Amino acid sequence: MRHHRVLRIISKLLIPFIMLFALYVQFHGDFGPGGGFQAGVIFGSAFILYGLIFGLEYARMVAPPAIVTRLVAAGVLIFAGTGYAGLFAGGNFLDYGVLKSDPVAGQHLGILLVEFGVGTTVAASMITIFFLFAGRDR
Amino acid sequence: MSSLIPQLPALQVVIPLFAAPLCVLAGRTGLAWFIALAASATATLTAAVLAYLTYHNGTISYEMGGWEPPWGIEYVVDTASAFILLLVASIGTMVLIYSPASVGKEIRSGRGHLYYCMYLLCLTGLLGIAITGDAFNVFVFLEISSLSSYALIAMGGQRKALTAAFQYLIMGTIGATFFLIGVGLLYMMTGTLNMADLQTRIPGIQDSRPVLAAFAFITVGLALKAALFPLHLWLPNAYAFAPSGVSAFMAATATKVSLYVLLRFTFTIFGAKFAFLNLPLYWVLLVPAVFAMFAGSFSAIFQRDVKRMLAYSSVAQIGYITLAIALASSAGVTAALIHIFNHGLMKAALFCAMGCIFYRIGSTRIDAMAGLGKQMPWTMTAIVAGGLSLLGVPLTAGFISKWYLVQAALQSNLWWLVVLIVLSSMLALVYVWRIVEALYFKEPVAGNEGIREAPLSMLLPTLLLAGANVYFGIDTRVPIAMAENAADLLLRGQIW
Repeated sequence: MRHHRVLRIISKLLIPFIMLFALYVQFHGDFGPGGGFQAGVIFGSAFILYGLIFGLEYARMVAPPAIVTRLVAAGVLIFAGTGYAGLFAGGNFLDYGVLKSDPVAGQHLGILLVEFGVGTTVAASMITIFFLFAGRDR
Repeated sequence: MSSLIPQLPALQVVIPLFAAPLCVLAGRTGLAWFIALAASATATLTAAVLAYLTYHNGTISYEMGGWEPPWGIEYVVDTASAFILLLVASIGTMVLIYSPASVGKEIRSGRGHLYYCMYLLCLTGLLGIAITGDAFNVFVFLEISSLSSYALIAMGGQRKALTAAFQYLIMGTIGATFFLIGVGLLYMMTGTLNMADLQTRIPGIQDSRPVLAAFAFITVGLALKAALFPLHLWLPNAYAFAPSGVSAFMAATATKVSLYVLLRFTFTIFGAKFAFLNLPLYWVLLVPAVFAMFAGSFSAIFQRDVKRMLAYSSVAQIGYITLAIALASSAGVTAALIHIFNHGLMKAALFCAMGCIFYRIGSTRIDAMAGLGKQMPWTMTAIVAGGLSLLGVPLTAGFISKWYLVQAALQSNLWWLVVLIVLSSMLALVYVWRIVEALYFKEPVAGNEGIREAPLSMLLPTLLLAGANVYFGIDTRVPIAMAENAADLLLRGQIW
């Protein structure tokens, strides 16, 4: 669809804002509606839009599949690692209260990290699913 | 070390969970295998320590995230769950030791590390189901283990593996959804998901229709997951077309864990009085169980592929376990738990042996393996030991299972059931004999002359598993002590 000028320019214009909105949903998730899953889907959709308009080859160059696959795993590691951090700080697994001297601040930090892990995995999974379906005939 | 012990219930699940993404990051099959083996061996050690602690000091409770139950997720280790944890983790480790050669042969190159990731996730799910004390958390782990096992089955070399995985995906999802609907109804009526909390709240409202519906949904959902006849149709293809290691691991553990959840919900949460006096669970389980014993064994006799044959045999064996649960007595539950353990050993040994044969001749068809007895003597030893155990010959683990099963049936004055158990065991003799006959007494197939014994890395775990069948047929102290203790615990306080 590279020859559709309107689509190309509008999507070029939109993609940074989609990503920014994803980051807002990600990091504002503990105050407003949102969180890692929603943010991950929105972030992934920016890449999917790019892939749809500019073609799979370019999308693969922007987000190399080998790296994206590893990001799926890395997100899970961030989540589980936060759980372990609570464990090493003297609490139970996933107990964020002990991450900082102030339990409320600890909870805040913990949920931020966990949601970041979720967001990473979801975004990377969305992109991987898109790559797999779009590149099926190859 | 002492500060580590209170954290063991969490570590039991999260060590394999953490290692699974590490396998993906490792990228190389050999390294991923090493990570998986380390995680799985740690899980086995953890399970052994937990089993020891619960047996001697009683139930352990763990508050996930520091949230107090019933609000937070609670992990509960008692002898019943520790028994299942130990079975799942140790079989998982044995099969992992066995895996590298067969993965190299059966999994498309470049995918080995993903195989080990999925394997660890499946292990995580099964361990989680056994350890959690939260009804919804059971569903989450059920899905983790199921989704990863769909992927594992689809990795099988033949194209039919894809349809088998898809079939299992549809059936498994229906089962998990039924379970979730049941849990949802319970949550609606009680406002809690904690198992211990559910136990105290259900008696007051047990005649309400949503609770009855919840019980029905949960029982049917779990029966589907456990492949109880006539809901077993996904199982033969799934086991037959999965990679060898997956067949061995799943046949030994996956359906057993569902049966364990059935025990938990029936006895701990709803209570035997509700399930067996108010509701006809006795007949609901007994009739399919008896059909499973015969239909499974009959179907096994006519299979041409030994992996399929063993899969149908699993359907029959699940019948025995369900039968023992249906008796709802202390002896019955003990027999069920013992057979869960012993059948795990038998099927792991037999499927591993089939993997050895597949590694050498590229097929598990009974015609293709004719006359291999002389060329692969050690693999054949494992098959014979596993087969004898399946029949229930004295001095094998299978005999102990059958013995306790018959005792339990006699205690409930069901002598006709004893007749049926013995008759269906005769059918097992027919299909086990078909394998032995093909291996020892048939003329070797042309082209099989150069076949040698399987590599030591596969042979050793197979023989250890086969040896375990003999060992636990002679020294029965550990499984029986744990099973009896667990049965007491499940039936404690039940008016029965």
